Amino acid sequence: MAFPKSDSAAILARIREALRLSAPAPSVEAPPDVQSRRRWLPKAGPDYSEQIALFSSQTEVLKAGFLRFPSLDAARQQLAAWAREEKWDRIATHSHPLTDGLLDGSEVPRFQVAPGYDKQELEKCPVGLTACEALVAQTGSVLVSAASSGGRTLSILPPHHIVIATRDQLVPDLTAAFARVRAAYGAQLPGFLSFITGPSRTGDIERILVLGAHGPKRLSIFLIE
Amino acid sequence: MSASSLFQHDAKNATANLPRRSFIRTALAGYMGKRKAAQDYFQDWQGARQAASEIKYEGVNHLDRYLEEFTRNAEARGTKIFWASNSEQARAYILELCRQKGVQSIVKSKTMTSEEIHLNEALEKEGYHVVESDLGEFIMQLRHETPYHFVLPCMHLRRDEISATFEKTLKSAPTRDPEELTAIARRFMRQEFCRADLGISGANFLVAETGMISITENEGNARLTTALPKIHVALVGIEKVLPKLEDLALFLPMLSATGTAQTLTGYNSLYGGPRQPVEIDGPEEFHVILLDNHRTRLLADPEQRDALHCIRCGACLNVCPIFKNVGGHTYGTTYQGPIGSVITPHLRGLQDWKHLSGASSLCGACTETCPVKIDLHHHLLQNRRNAVAARPVWWEKLLFQGFSFVMRRPALYRLAGKLAPLGFALRKPIGNTPLDPLRPWTATREFPAPPPRTFQEIWKDRGQNKPIV
Amino acid sequence: MKVSLFVPCFVDQFFPQAAVSMVEVLERLGHQVDYPPGQTCCGQPPFNSGYWDEARAVAERTLRVFRDAEVVVGGSGSCATMFKVFYPELFHHTPLETEAKALAAKTYEFSEFLVHKLGVTDVGARFEGKVTFHDGCHGLRELKLKQEPRKLLRQVRGLELIEMGEAETCCGFGGAFAVKFPAISTAMDEVKCNSIAETGADYVVSGDSSCLMQITGYLQRHQRPVKGLHLAEILASR
Repeated sequence: MAFPKSDSAAILARIREALRLSAPAPSVEAPPDVQSRRRWLPKAGPDYSEQIALFSSQTEVLKAGFLRFPSLDAARQQLAAWAREEKWDRIATHSHPLTDGLLDGSEVPRFQVAPGYDKQELEKCPVGLTACEALVAQTGSVLVSAASSGGRTLSILPPHHIVIATRDQLVPDLTAAFARVRAAYGAQLPGFLSFITGPSRTGDIERILVLGAHGPKRLSIFLIE
Repeated sequence: MSASSLFQHDAKNATANLPRRSFIRTALAGYMGKRKAAQDYFQDWQGARQAASEIKYEGVNHLDRYLEEFTRNAEARGTKIFWASNSEQARAYILELCRQKGVQSIVKSKTMTSEEIHLNEALEKEGYHVVESDLGEFIMQLRHETPYHFVLPCMHLRRDEISATFEKTLKSAPTRDPEELTAIARRFMRQEFCRADLGISGANFLVAETGMISITENEGNARLTTALPKIHVALVGIEKVLPKLEDLALFLPMLSATGTAQTLTGYNSLYGGPRQPVEIDGPEEFHVILLDNHRTRLLADPEQRDALHCIRCGACLNVCPIFKNVGGHTYGTTYQGPIGSVITPHLRGLQDWKHLSGASSLCGACTETCPVKIDLHHHLLQNRRNAVAARPVWWEKLLFQGFSFVMRRPALYRLAGKLAPLGFALRKPIGNTPLDPLRPWTATREFPAPPPRTFQEIWKDRGQNKPIV
Repeated sequence: MKVSLFVPCFVDQFFPQAAVSMVEVLERLGHQVDYPPGQTCCGQPPFNSGYWDEARAVAERTLRVFRDAEVVVGGSGSCATMFKVFYPELFHHTPLETEAKALAAKTYEFSEFLVHKLGVTDVGARFEGKVTFHDGCHGLRELKLKQEPRKLLRQVRGLELIEMGEAETCCGFGGAFAVKFPAISTAMDEVKCNSIAETGADYVVSGDSSCLMQITGYLQRHQRPVKGLHLAEILASR
């Protein structure tokens, strides 16, 4: 048995033949460039204070937790309080200055994801803590990547996802988020990126909103300002 | 039964089901309210639509270039690209992959292309365990039904019907609580994600510039489907190209606004390759199957080529009065609603599927709502013209030739007008019986009686100074 | 101004009062109404069913009938749409293309003519009653008419205009669709009539007699008291 042959030549030939006839264009002008498209898209706010306000109101609507901390230490205290109240038996996380910093001094056992980790063990963790690429004000989103956020699974499998970010990571909109990723990685973009907008949700049952369909039921964003 | 007769039969039953119609209308009314808010959030929605249509025009009208660019960039990072001309090739590739890799369990996230190629049946026939992870798709799979709507697969079901399905197939306890029902599915699916050897997804976009696919979802099931199993296969229509990464900054919010009336859908994820050496986890293999399956036929029709701009948001279904009243299953094919009625004749045969283009009042609500400005309702008209040009219906042809003959001769037209009251009088004894030519109308509606004078007669009388009223 | 009137075939045969009212309103506003003789049909029935050759044959004749007209008022949204939107397409790449485009440019739907060409919203009408307006799809989406009929109705003395929730939803006529797919057509009709009932209006008004035929057909079968009137009939009332 063998794989069928990839039919690229035949498909490309059909495409080229089809495109010999031109279709009427929607406009005589060239498609607008990326920057000028922003004038149609939702507003993002011109400065940090407007953007943070927008991010805050968006996350509230999304039922994502957004907590601002003046210091890493304040964030540590909040984390410790939750760990006590909710009796976390461990936190799943990855190695990163921010996550390491946040968990410094914490007594909660850690499940550190590293190449070859046990999926079933990760599945049992009540909390997953990750860093991120950016926070997007326009949509209240968190941009994670395989490079910055502990791989592809850590931010989606445990039922509570906590993200830690710093103020320089807040960007106004999706366009700026892409620019930031390009600046950070150049030609070698991460093999996985995801804009996370609120906790996992579904409306499949009578259009009623239910959180925690398959991904995290709870999303908490810690911003260290 | 032909697809056309089946359609009429199902339409009759569906329109008679008043509770179901009311349920659907309520659901979609909720969508319309939220949709307006999502659209108003844009500074200039019409400007965004125009930009989106221009970008899609660029992509589709240079499809060969962008597909080659996508392939180059994807393969550079270890993605395996397979070009499938048709369903058979796509299925054969996946089956061979399963055989070679010793796959036993498969988890899927939402992909209409897999419905299109009847993949699940082929996999199950070979003994593979296949589970749909999207909640709505999962429910429909358990019910052995096809999706009702390609974005909202079980929008027609009430919670007690969903509970009954779970009770029957998963042996769960009855519940009317949506949270509990969701939790039942979540618990079941966790294990499926963990044990699956293969994850099959679709994609909303193919980003040519970076060789990445983009997947939009709310539940997180696509992220799990594509992260946990060792192999990820994405099945994607060739028309899904976007030239540049930044094009997503426009398309993702538009897809969210029109698809589910959200600012942004829960997870919009980009996949650029299998697990890279620097990555902690991820599939060892990533395959993208580029599917033609007659899309090039649509491409070859310059008048209707823009139907390939479709981003499968489902908005045209949500505003279509036909869809609202007959429901998704009546269409009898993978893609429902206005877009389905436009493209199915191209994908599956004009003469067999022209009735879908006929089953429309051409109201234009679809065209008005489409985020990429596809001229949907005019395409339905063009399909009708093309069907007639290829194979006119003999009695219709005769009828319209007669119509044209009379309408080009005012004296004949006036004579026909004079005979109308006579026709009405003669009709009385057979009125509303199968012999009555007006029966399709009069079965449910009153037909107006001819007035004492036609306008032409009134005008003539006026010219002779007889009273106008 | 000399206004040439196009009276659609079914208005001529079944709803002449709508056309009569148009004449009355236009004459009241001081214009001369011309009714070119020998006009019959715009050709929409064969056109919508895909029989464009037959449609073209009828349309060719209609083009000739209105060749010398200064300005044309189409007596329904759908026929005005046929002239303005579809004739240029029907005659694309034929010797009559220029003429078709010329007709398209000088044709107006009735409310469009009053509001945009004549710049008039108050035609001196009086009509006591609660009225709701049905937007015919051709007028609404092909000709982009929404406020025009409403501006006219708001100037009618004694008239109370109430919007229905499903004003923009298709009534289900769609020409041959109404008899080819009667179950769906009737279901759409039902939705429209229920929406009318919710307004408490006594009259449903539209710029399209074909829509009115569909709507009143259902209302009468179900013995609902609401009556249907063409916009022109309201505007002609004193």
